[in-house]
Amino acid sequence: MQAARASAAARLADMGLPGRRDEYWRWTNPAPLLAEAVPEAEAFRVDTPIFSDLPKVRLVFTDGVYDAAASDDPKLAGVEVARLADAPEWAAGFYGSLEASGQSPVRRPFAALNTARASDGVMLRVTGKAARPLHISYRQSSNTSEAILHHCVMLEDGAELTLLETGTAAARANLVLEVEVGAGARFHHIRPQGRSYGHRLVSAIFARVGAGALFKSFTLSMNGRLTRNEAMIEIVGDNAVAHIAGAALGDGADGEFHHDDTVFVTHGAEGGESRQVFKKVLRHGATGIFQGKILVRPGAQKTDGYQISQALMLDDLCQFLAKPELEIYADDVKCSHGSTTGAIDETALFYLRSRGVPREEAVALLVLSFLADAIDEIDDAAIAAEILARLQEWLARHRG
Amino acid sequence: MLEIKNLHVKLQDEDKVILKGVNLSVGAGQVHAIMGPNGSGKSTLSYVLSGREGYEVTAGSATLLGQDLLALDPEERAAAGLFLAFQYPVEIPGVGNMVFLRTALNAQRKARGEPEVSAGDFLKLVREKAKTLKIDAEMLKRPVNVGFSGGEKKRNEILQMAVLEPRMCILDETDSGLDVDAMKLVADGVNSLRDAGRSFLVITHYQRLLDHIAPDVVHIMADGRIIRSGGPELALEVEKNGYADLLAEVL
Repeated sequence: MQAARASAAARLADMGLPGRRDEYWRWTNPAPLLAEAVPEAEAFRVDTPIFSDLPKVRLVFTDGVYDAAASDDPKLAGVEVARLADAPEWAAGFYGSLEASGQSPVRRPFAALNTARASDGVMLRVTGKAARPLHISYRQSSNTSEAILHHCVMLEDGAELTLLETGTAAARANLVLEVEVGAGARFHHIRPQGRSYGHRLVSAIFARVGAGALFKSFTLSMNGRLTRNEAMIEIVGDNAVAHIAGAALGDGADGEFHHDDTVFVTHGAEGGESRQVFKKVLRHGATGIFQGKILVRPGAQKTDGYQISQALMLDDLCQFLAKPELEIYADDVKCSHGSTTGAIDETALFYLRSRGVPREEAVALLVLSFLADAIDEIDDAAIAAEILARLQEWLARHRG
Repeated sequence: MLEIKNLHVKLQDEDKVILKGVNLSVGAGQVHAIMGPNGSGKSTLSYVLSGREGYEVTAGSATLLGQDLLALDPEERAAAGLFLAFQYPVEIPGVGNMVFLRTALNAQRKARGEPEVSAGDFLKLVREKAKTLKIDAEMLKRPVNVGFSGGEKKRNEILQMAVLEPRMCILDETDSGLDVDAMKLVADGVNSLRDAGRSFLVITHYQRLLDHIAPDVVHIMADGRIIRSGGPELALEVEKNGYADLLAEVL
């Protein structure tokens, strides 16, 4: 483990910290993520935590530290659970390996920093079909807390796991998740990120998806002063499926919501299917960013790659910046991408109002309608229903 | 029920005047039909009555059960008992038909100071109405109008009408895009909702819809005015001779 940390530190020293001149940091200023003092962020109190009624094994991290008293007994049939400090042998070898290979062709300095300095995390080895979802639940108690957490998930061939990752980890957080999805394995990741207005977050998912395997990750971002969610997904086995989706919306004061999705999907094997579905609802001077790439390597024939990024602007003060990229080195592939920016559809709004739905409620319904394609990426109906309920509740509370 | 007096309407952003003094009085329980050539102002009348943006009323009035419609927001007009069946019902992906209908019903009830309908009672109510209208329960589970055929969309409008129980229903070219069988299904739905306390204003190009929904009064609209009113025979006259003769009479 020390070797992995040392080599990450060396990588970081070599590449340096990101600045505005870096191609993938032009639209997001990394300075608040790097500032010596953690910018203050008031913790958000939730009455009923999400997924309360769902059977699961919950592991709680408060301000970035594992909270055994608040956590369930970390025993789950089909999964070996350990903390970073007690990393078993497999994890010691795995830790930082996908992050390291994910540094090319685009460097990810925050992820290297995370590998070098992470203070805690969960190491999961999935050997069969997990009996229940595993839930990493973040809590923030201090307004100036900082968390650097690094989780590793290794799904053996044919294994299955649903990982829930919820809440705000700290006033400022740097989160890395490395996932190896073995042949025929299935991994579902659902991540409703915290709702505090002030928190700043940089996260990175590194995934390798094996033959016939399935990887699906959905992120819901409600509020957050600055969020940069990166995902680097590589299809390494034939006929694998990798979907990554996000729904983001903020309603803070002017300019208090800056949300950046930066995604890199690599097809390195035949017959792979990838989907990127990202939706952002912007208002009050919010900024939305999407940088999404599909790279199809030579020989990755019969690839089916798809990417859509859309912004719904609820007022004229917002901006959405999108950079879709396709780089294809195989000749028998299907790849498409699209990006749209628009306001609420006035005809649809009138339709709803003409049925008696008040304007604000009609706008809320149309926001849900806009986000539907991203939420549809959640396979589990109970989980999708809970995400939808949260959204409805949030939209209702923030009305009028 | 509905009283329209000397209604003048122009487009908000242009100087174009569309309605040039419409007078219309629809009594309780009556069915009135408005026919007229393209561009005569029929659809504009339906939009202005239901409160769509983009139009400016420069003179005249419109009241529903004595209430000034033109002073109300679209949702307030709905709560007051007005319903517009759209020529092109809007698709709303991701919002279930049931969620939409229940939201609408409860919003209207809330506006009228009535208690909201529980999820269970609502389900019962919709199933009952759907059965009467021969609407497949499967359709209720789908997102609003998404993937519906033209006929299904129009039947969904009628279902909304049945659940919301408005007093004054405006049907804006409900027959457009429907084959004869689909039109008959829609007309049967409308007929099943006819009631001494409910009135209809049926806007249509063609007489054929009126074969199925028998009107009490037929109006011919041209160039922003009602140029002639009469019984059902007026519609037959139009069907036979077209609008040219009627227009020639008044111009």
